[in-house]
Amino acid sequence: MTAVMRPSPSACPACAAAPAAEALAEADLPGQLALSLPTIHCAACIANVERALQAVPTVRDARVNLTLKRVTIEADPGVEATDLIPVLERAGYEAHELDAGMLRATATDKAGRDLLMRLAVAGFAAMNVMLLSIAVWSGATGATRDMFHWISAFITLPTIGFAAQPFFMNAWSALRVGKLNMDVPISLAIGLAVVTSLWETWLSGHHAYFDAAIALTFFLLAGRYLDHRTRAIARSAAEELAALEVPRATRLRDGAEEQVPLTDLAVGDILLVRPGGRMPVDGEIIEGTSELDRSLLTGETLPVFAAVGMAVSAGEVNLTGPLQIRASAVGKETSLHQLADLVAIAESGRNRYTSLADSAAKLYAPGVHILSALAFLGWLAYAGDLRVALNIAAAVLIITCPCALGLAVPAVTTAASGRLFKRGLLIKHETALERLAKVDTVVFDKTGTLTEGQPELADARAHDSHVMSIALALAEGSSHPLSRALARAAGDRGIEAAPVTDIREVPGYGTEGLLEGKRIRLGRAAWVGAETAGSHETSAWLALPDGRTHRFGFTDALRPGAEAAVAALQDAGHKVILMSGDTTGAVEAMAARLNIPQWLAEARPEDKAARIAALKDEGAHVLMVGDGLNDTAALAAADVSISPATALDAARVASDIVLLGRDLTPLPDALSTARAATKRIRENFRIATIYNILAVPLAIAGLATPLIAALAMSTSSITVSLNALRLR
Amino acid sequence: MNVLVYLIPIALVLGGLGLAAFIFTVKSKQYDDPEGNARRILNDQWDDHPKP
Repeated sequence: MTAVMRPSPSACPACAAAPAAEALAEADLPGQLALSLPTIHCAACIANVERALQAVPTVRDARVNLTLKRVTIEADPGVEATDLIPVLERAGYEAHELDAGMLRATATDKAGRDLLMRLAVAGFAAMNVMLLSIAVWSGATGATRDMFHWISAFITLPTIGFAAQPFFMNAWSALRVGKLNMDVPISLAIGLAVVTSLWETWLSGHHAYFDAAIALTFFLLAGRYLDHRTRAIARSAAEELAALEVPRATRLRDGAEEQVPLTDLAVGDILLVRPGGRMPVDGEIIEGTSELDRSLLTGETLPVFAAVGMAVSAGEVNLTGPLQIRASAVGKETSLHQLADLVAIAESGRNRYTSLADSAAKLYAPGVHILSALAFLGWLAYAGDLRVALNIAAAVLIITCPCALGLAVPAVTTAASGRLFKRGLLIKHETALERLAKVDTVVFDKTGTLTEGQPELADARAHDSHVMSIALALAEGSSHPLSRALARAAGDRGIEAAPVTDIREVPGYGTEGLLEGKRIRLGRAAWVGAETAGSHETSAWLALPDGRTHRFGFTDALRPGAEAAVAALQDAGHKVILMSGDTTGAVEAMAARLNIPQWLAEARPEDKAARIAALKDEGAHVLMVGDGLNDTAALAAADVSISPATALDAARVASDIVLLGRDLTPLPDALSTARAATKRIRENFRIATIYNILAVPLAIAGLATPLIAALAMSTSSITVSLNALRLR
Repeated sequence: MNVLVYLIPIALVLGGLGLAAFIFTVKSKQYDDPEGNARRILNDQWDDHPKP
């Protein structure tokens, strides 16, 4: 959680701009705030949160949404989320600010509600028309049958006009650019069924297909709605992750601090970056010394010393002392944005993937049209009756209509995504599961992906407890990651801090203090006065009162499940590769620890992307797992990509799947679920085809009655849905 | 069979009422927070008078 909370600039300005612009277009209510409340869970929580907020005089209204674990607040203009977070913390609830602009899109899921409404209307009409049709099938004749047909027509026409609009519009937009998609045969079948049925009814004929047309609409809308919901859930969770990072910076103007949105920054502005904060822009340090963590940009775990005059780039994290920087590039000009261009190039390669549904439609749509046209021409030549020929053509179209095909993919992806979501995997892209199923090579980034990006003391037991107690006393005086790791290790061993006085942190160097009147220091080797004998390991040095020095080595803590995940992937026959921007020594050690034979160290972002492109050229299907900005191009270049929730939003945007928890164990599981899902999709296509093969000869021979059409359609749709549910 | 003249319109109107009620619930965003709504009913804060 802590890593997600780090304030960050939007790492990919272009990605953030689109939803933000949409939000601006809508009337922006003044003083509307959103807070994320990850810990609420009960009726009492709702009441407590709302009461606590309403007790604040500037708050007009507060409403908790327990499903989304979020509270929406209407407050007087000028009230900031930072004023209200302490109120909730006093009430005992953890609260985080959410960027309201980012959330606007999910709050009003208009498309989903629209589809649900159409589905409801189609369902209502389908039930009524089906009841009327049963009367006709069971032998109504003469005037009664005609009346029932007319009532059906009266219900069906307006319903189709309203409910089937999405299909007509999709089909039209495909036809306009000279293409065929699944919606073309659907629209044609619905349209032709309605027209021939009206004609038959007019002439008091025996067969009308109103029930088929409306049932078709209903089943297909159900498929669309499932599809939409699955994606909406994933999108809303992904947006929430993005909204947690409110893009803001502290600007210094005439000595006064002010909080400003990143978009308001200009070149030459002086910004203050506190310890733990992330650089909002590219710039130059004009005051202060500190250390910088560049791991998200380069994969290096070793903190870099930072002093006046040094250039910094957006995305680096300030570790120890406050820094003032003068912005030299903002927004689109930052080095971060240049990475986005690399991503755009890499992504163009991936867009060539055609989904199973699309390739099925490509085979299917022309086939159906040709079959139906042949039946029409054949019967026209044979019987010489336009009415009979049109009836047969409509029957062929209805029976072959991809009702089951329309459900085949969404039913499976809904079931599979739901199952993976429970294990903490968020499927963002609609074809991600299919692409994941093909993977045979898995590429891991090191820092922040296989490791937590957080150091831990190596050989914690090997250090003398007296030395540890002195180190602990100094480490407690600093929030530097190495100090915290040292304090944690000492705490685990139950060591108490030595009586050190006058503890003082020297930003960029370390911590010093007095023990029995003598100066002791913990920090960088040169500052402490230690000899660094060619060690590549991340280290902190302690100068003891007697003048000796002691070295503490640190390793990057592995994520839980990393070893198990790598082993399981290798057991399943996948090739596992480690690619990192870190030093050769560190990467080699990690590769040996996890038993990964192939590794690449000191890789720059374009190296990673190029290597993945080379693997793809050799015919491999590559899954990239990475979190840093240096991985974004590689994430976009790979066939499919996964990033942890702790990654920067640029990396999350570039990847297809987001891993929500800290644990990596769901990864091999995701691969097998994806395989199973793709297998089910193919099975579903096969089932739908079998139904067609059985029913089409009847339709062409002119033996298909509306009853047979209704039976074939419903049974195939239900079989397909049930088959998909087996995945759960 | 003359009874159909009444029965069919009645059936359609009743069904239509149900449909209208459903559309009303969708439009008034009653499905946005199913979990919260299920819990809110357990709260006695507004038992005596409605929320102003």
